[in-house]
This record gives sequence, C-alpha cells and structure tokens, in this order.
Amino acid sequence: MAKFKGAIVVDNEKCKGCGLCVVACPTKVIELNPNVNGKGYHYAWMKNPDDCIGCASCGLVCPDSVISVYKMSVQS
Amino acid sequence: MSHIQDITKPEHLVYRKTPLLTDNIMHYCPGCTHGVVHKLVGEVIEELNIQDQAIGVSPVGCSVLAYNYLDIDWAQAAHGRAPAVATGISRLHPEKYVFTYQGDGDLASIGCAEIMHACSRGENIVVIFINNAIYGMTGGQMAPTTLLGQVTATTPYGRDPKLNGFPMKITELLAQLDGTCYVTRQSADTPGAVRKAKNAIKKAFQNTRLRKGTSFVEIVGTCNSGWKMTPVDANTWMRENMFPKYPLGDIKDI
Ligand SMILES: Cc1ncc(C[n+]2csc(CCOP(=O)(O)OP(=O)(O)O)c2C)c(N)n1
Ligand code: SF4
Ligand code: SF4
Ligand code: SF4
Ligand SMILES: [Mg+2]
Repeated sequence: MAKFKGAIVVDNEKCKGCGLCVVACPTKVIELNPNVNGKGYHYAWMKNPDDCIGCASCGLVCPDSVISVYKMSVQS
Repeated sequence: MSHIQDITKPEHLVYRKTPLLTDNIMHYCPGCTHGVVHKLVGEVIEELNIQDQAIGVSPVGCSVLAYNYLDIDWAQAAHGRAPAVATGISRLHPEKYVFTYQGDGDLASIGCAEIMHACSRGENIVVIFINNAIYGMTGGQMAPTTLLGQVTATTPYGRDPKLNGFPMKITELLAQLDGTCYVTRQSADTPGAVRKAKNAIKKAFQNTRLRKGTSFVEIVGTCNSGWKMTPVDANTWMRENMFPKYPLGDIKDI
C-alpha cells in the first residue's frame, strides 16, 4: 500500500513563533523550539518528524509564509 | 525509515511561499490574520497569472504597507478612500484587476460613504475587507464592528450600546446594494477555512474578468495584540464570539 511521508522546512529566521502551525498540525509534529532566532522568537520545528504526512496544514495557516512542505510516497 | 533529506527534495515540494510575495519580512505582529490573507491574494494572482494586470489599493491601518509585500502595482489611499481611488483606476484601466484591501476601521468607519457608493455604482472591483473588530494600528480602539461587551482602549468597560451603539454588519448592508454581484464572509483560522477563503478571493477576481460588478470578500480575523491574547487564544475567541455575530458563508452570489 502506498503511504506518504512528509517533512517541513521552516525559515527559522523569519518565523515569528506565533504557534498557529503547532495547533494546525493534525499529527502533532511541530513544537516551538526552546532556542530563539535572531529576533528572539521561539521558532517552529519538527519535534516529531516521523509523524509528518505532508498535509500542508501548517503551511496554509502560517501568516508569514515561512513553511515549505514536502511529501513523498513510500511503499510499506 | 526515510531521512528528512530524502523527503525535502525539490520534486517532493507540495507547498511553498508564493513568488508573488516579496522577501520583505512583514511588519505584522506574530499570528496576525493580515499575513494569511496577503498570501491568499498572492496565490490567487499567481494562479490566475495576472501579476502584471493586478492593481491593489492599500488602506490606512496596519495593512497600509501591503505594497511592500505583494509584488504587483499598488496605490495607497487616504483613510477609507480606497474604493474611490480604485474606482478611478478601474475606469481608466478597465482591463486591469483592481482591488482594495481594507480594515474595519478604514472601511466601515471613516470610509463608510466611499464603500457604500462604490458598491452602489457597482464598480468592477474586488474589495478584501479584514474585520478584526478593532482599530489595530492605532492601539486597539473601538471599531464599528466591535462586539457588544468587547473591551477596547476606548470601551474599557466593554462596548455599551447605549453609549457606543451597536456592532455594524456592513457586509450584509452592502449585499443589499444592486451593484454588488458577490458578497461573502470567510475566515482564515484553520486549514479548511484558509482553502475556502482562497476560493472566495479567486471567484472575486474572476468576477472582475466577467465585468459583473463589485465583489466583496470579508475575512473575519484576529488582532491578537489589540485583543491582548495569544494568537492561538485569539482564534478561539474569534470562533466563540465573532462567528455568532458575523456568520461565515456566501451572502449574495449572482
Ligand atoms: C484621516 C485619518 N484619521 C485617523 C487616522 C488614524 N488611524 C490610523 S489607522 C486607523 C484605524 C485602523 O483600523 P482598521 O481599519 O480596522 O485597520 P487594522 O489596523 O485593524 O487592520 C486610524 C483611526 C488616520 N491615519 N487618518
Ligand atoms: S505559523 Fe509560521 S510564523 Fe507562526 S510559528 Fe509556525 S512557522 Fe512560525
Ligand atoms: S505537513 Fe501536515 S503533518 Fe507535516 S508538520 Fe505540517 S501540518 Fe503537520
Ligand atoms: S496590531 Fe493587530 S492588526 Fe495590527 S499587525 Fe498587530 S495583530 Fe495585526
Ligand atoms: Mg481593524
């Protein structure tokens, strides 16, 4: 059966740490990083990358358009 | 197990920032709805392939600098006068896609006459109306759309109808005018809502091509700074308090 694996890339320096992507992710992949970027924001990162399904929900709600989403099919 | 690097290859890219957005960092507060809606307007202009035919008119309000973020032609209007400026541009350039982008203070308060008459004349323009129930830019004063009981800088005990009047459903009023062809109210708080809002904005721009009249898209949004909440809490507050007064969906579509 074809399954999908996803991953996101966050532009850390442009992320404002608003947290909207965190609550939008259906599989709880994203958290705000304990570290901060140059502007002092706790930027979003994939805490649980294995759970990403590449659905792009996080990207859709990001006000600063700093998330790129990737998705590939894998055989299981 | 696949490694992240195997997934993040160009051929697997399914979502990215639209090239219609510039690389400028938006000045908006973290989590502000303006950013989401800017992106949607950009994606629609990209998909319709009208980058060199779209002309925006930015308002006075937090989105006054919208021209820094969307890579198209812009004019910037005096407070509330964007529909009048857009009228002039669209009449001189009837083949262009002319739109205004306005907040609730700009559109429903100081610019109430301009939006009424532009919609009444049925100007062939798109209006994107961001209703965050407050004057965001100037520090969170009451707007015409502020809810009863809502605390703002100028209604510190909550909006009292005896003193401050009632929240104005300007979108329903504009739907009454014969010049509007499409009037809808959307939000941009969840992935599903963002998709719907984008479809509404796309339809509005397509109406311009069909010369159907004025298309009006309200987006109920948040001003988490003015509301003094986190962005996530602001979305929850919006769903619980704004949606009952400003219900989502199409109001007019002819
Ligand atoms: C003629 C004039 N009157 C008043 C102001 C002050 N002013 C600037 S922005 C604003 C209200 C903006 O609120 P809104 O349109 O809701 O935009 P938001 O910032 O909430 O997106 C006001 C009253 C002004 N700039 N010009
Ligand atoms: S939604 Fe965007 S800006 Fe906000 S935390 Fe997530 S990546 Fe950062
Ligand atoms: S693409 Fe979907 S699953 Fe992956 S992080 Fe974003 S919201 Fe979560
Ligand atoms: S003050 Fe409100 S409307 Fe203005 S950028 Fe901040 S959150 Fe957005
Ligand atoms: Mg406002």
